[in-house]
Amino acid sequence: MPGPYRETDLTEKVEAFLSDLKRGGSGTGPLRGSAETARETTALLRRITAQVRWSSAGDLMEVIRKEGRRMSAAQPSETTVGNMIRRVLKIIREEYARSRGSSEEADQQESLHKLLTSGGLSEENFRQYFTALKANVIEAINELLTELEGTTDNIAMQALEHIHSNEVIMTIGRSRTVEAFLKDAARKRKFHVIVAECAPFCQGHEMATSLSKDGIETTVITDAAIFAVMSRVNKVIIGTQTVLANGGLRAVNGTHTLALAAKHHSTPLIVCAPINFLFISGEILSKVNVHCPVFDYVPPELITLFISNIGGHAPSYIYRLMSELYHPEDHEL
Amino acid sequence: NVGILIRLRADSHCHIKNEDDQWQIKEHFLTPLGSVVKRLPEHIQVDDPDVLKKLAKKLERQQIPRRLDYGYKVSLFSHLLQYSRKAPLTQQLSIPSAVIHPAIVRLGLQYSQGIVAGSNARSIALLHAFKQVISDYTTPSNEELSRDLVNKLKPYISFLNQCRPLSASMGNAIKYIKKEISNIPSQFKEDDAKKKLLNCIECFIEEKIVLAAKAIAKSSIEKINDGDVILVYGCSSLVNHILCEAFEKGRKFRVIVVDSRPRLEGREALRRLVQKGISCTYVLISAVSYILPEVSKVFLGAHALLANGYVMSRVGTSQIALVAKAFNVPVLVCCETYKFCERVQTDSFVSNELDDPDDLIVTRKGETQLKDWQQVPRLGLLNLVYDVTPPDFVDLVITDLGMIPCTSVPVVLRVKNVDLL
Repeated sequence: MPGPYRETDLTEKVEAFLSDLKRGGSGTGPLRGSAETARETTALLRRITAQVRWSSAGDLMEVIRKEGRRMSAAQPSETTVGNMIRRVLKIIREEYARSRGSSEEADQQESLHKLLTSGGLSEENFRQYFTALKANVIEAINELLTELEGTTDNIAMQALEHIHSNEVIMTIGRSRTVEAFLKDAARKRKFHVIVAECAPFCQGHEMATSLSKDGIETTVITDAAIFAVMSRVNKVIIGTQTVLANGGLRAVNGTHTLALAAKHHSTPLIVCAPINFLFISGEILSKVNVHCPVFDYVPPELITLFISNIGGHAPSYIYRLMSELYHPEDHEL
Repeated sequence: NVGILIRLRADSHCHIKNEDDQWQIKEHFLTPLGSVVKRLPEHIQVDDPDVLKKLAKKLERQQIPRRLDYGYKVSLFSHLLQYSRKAPLTQQLSIPSAVIHPAIVRLGLQYSQGIVAGSNARSIALLHAFKQVISDYTTPSNEELSRDLVNKLKPYISFLNQCRPLSASMGNAIKYIKKEISNIPSQFKEDDAKKKLLNCIECFIEEKIVLAAKAIAKSSIEKINDGDVILVYGCSSLVNHILCEAFEKGRKFRVIVVDSRPRLEGREALRRLVQKGISCTYVLISAVSYILPEVSKVFLGAHALLANGYVMSRVGTSQIALVAKAFNVPVLVCCETYKFCERVQTDSFVSNELDDPDDLIVTRKGETQLKDWQQVPRLGLLNLVYDVTPPDFVDLVITDLGMIPCTSVPVVLRVKNVDLL
């Protein structure tokens, strides 16, 4: 029978993904593959939507929440998984609202009038069944996937707006987004890149070999020399693991020192991060690991600009993007 | 004979007519304000072919081999030398060398391979080697000891400079010895003169290094309270001495040792402190902003203190001072007065030392990413040794003359110069 067979196939896929997540987070380097994780998560959620039996939107959201909790538990530091789940939940809500016929504006929470008059209507339990809902949701998830596939290219396309010729750019560790960004600019402009190696994993070495093979003049420095060299740097461009709701960053170890050095020399600090890296947090996230901290918290005052696939923003704008991407009720999975 | 004519040339070498009416180039000349202007050292003018030619001629005259640059140099540092540890200068010498005393050859090798490292260690090793040289010295006939010995020392100093650029402390020690030698009265017999010189060197080591360390430890102990968490960077012999003394005096504190690649000197400091029984934590420099909230004081050592108040120290020190300032943690620098230097510098580029770039290569998870970095045309590895910390990051400098702010360094230098003249 096709039904149960597809279900076991699905469970296998989910299990494989979970074990991948668990393995992936230990020491390979947190920045690698954040975008891939996002894509895989979304593809998996699409599969779940297509194959699991559900009758109403509420059921689907329950299933996705359950799977989402398991995935987040497998690798707590990989926040893109949780983000994708929240995006999909928001998609489901929107499609449901559209099917019900209410316009999108009615769903916005900010209107005071709405707050006062909608007392009874906020008890939305998504129990109604719509035939076209499944197809709509899957189509929307497909759009999300296309967006994800294009994020790195979208960010890289903006490179020439931010890098002029004969610049000296500093970066730390290895970020796929920044690599694509710099390589795109190098096709038309000549500039110099200084890479801080980021001990103990020393991912900066890979970044440097990759950049220099593309013809970019690259220098590798140790983490201790960041401040010494900073006075000759024109811009600092970094990638990040997560962007927080207050505009701060959770990025690889050593980024806070880099940000402080840039602030001291009044060098602009630019963060390249796809929009799916936004993460919800009530209070300031403190550092994660005990012996060898893997991440650093960088406060929003030290950041000049965020470059995402939808353009550039100041750190003070991040909270607004957050409210457009995620529904407040999904903050707790 | 006070009638000296001074002629200033366009290239700013000062020519002075000496007693025989010959124009001589003087390295120093005194201005009315009493300050001394020096010629630029050659090891920071490597990009100037004229300077290189002059240096090559000088080394040939002194029969000292010249060490060649290694590897692709980052363009910002093309004015500095970059050597490889795998090609020590002694490979180009015949052993035993007729020109250079064996104690100096051994010292040069120890410097270039990093066996003797750290500014105090290097100065003490230098002075001991010079004691050996002076004991083995005999004045040739028709020569005066005060002039000939100084000339004998010049090729040795060039040799050591080629092995590894001289540190500020070594420079000051050499100046002191040269002054002592030229002040030997001509009527002294050779044995007496040698005894006097050996005594001077002993005094220098005893006063400027050993006793200074004791004085600094005594002042610093007042700054260490019970329950303190002290952060140190790398391996400074003076800071380790201070912490061990404080621990022996019964102060209760714990230490966080910060270390950085590629030298990983913090491990040596860790070993020394743990042997004494001090409880320590060890982190890499990228984790400094993570542990700083726990720290109550930062103690840093110095390679030299410059006349504009900047602290020249191991690369990474300025970073630690920066982050400590951002967290409002006091930064104390400990430095003996013999390391004070008349140079001024505002960044870490104009005068620095480039270490062997191959040190940055490392194997992680079985892969050595930078193994063939020389083949990749646009890839450079930068292994800086020193950096300068601006005085606004430093709260206090503890010296053997007392506790002074960073900006009082030129005052101390002036007082010292008046003493010497």
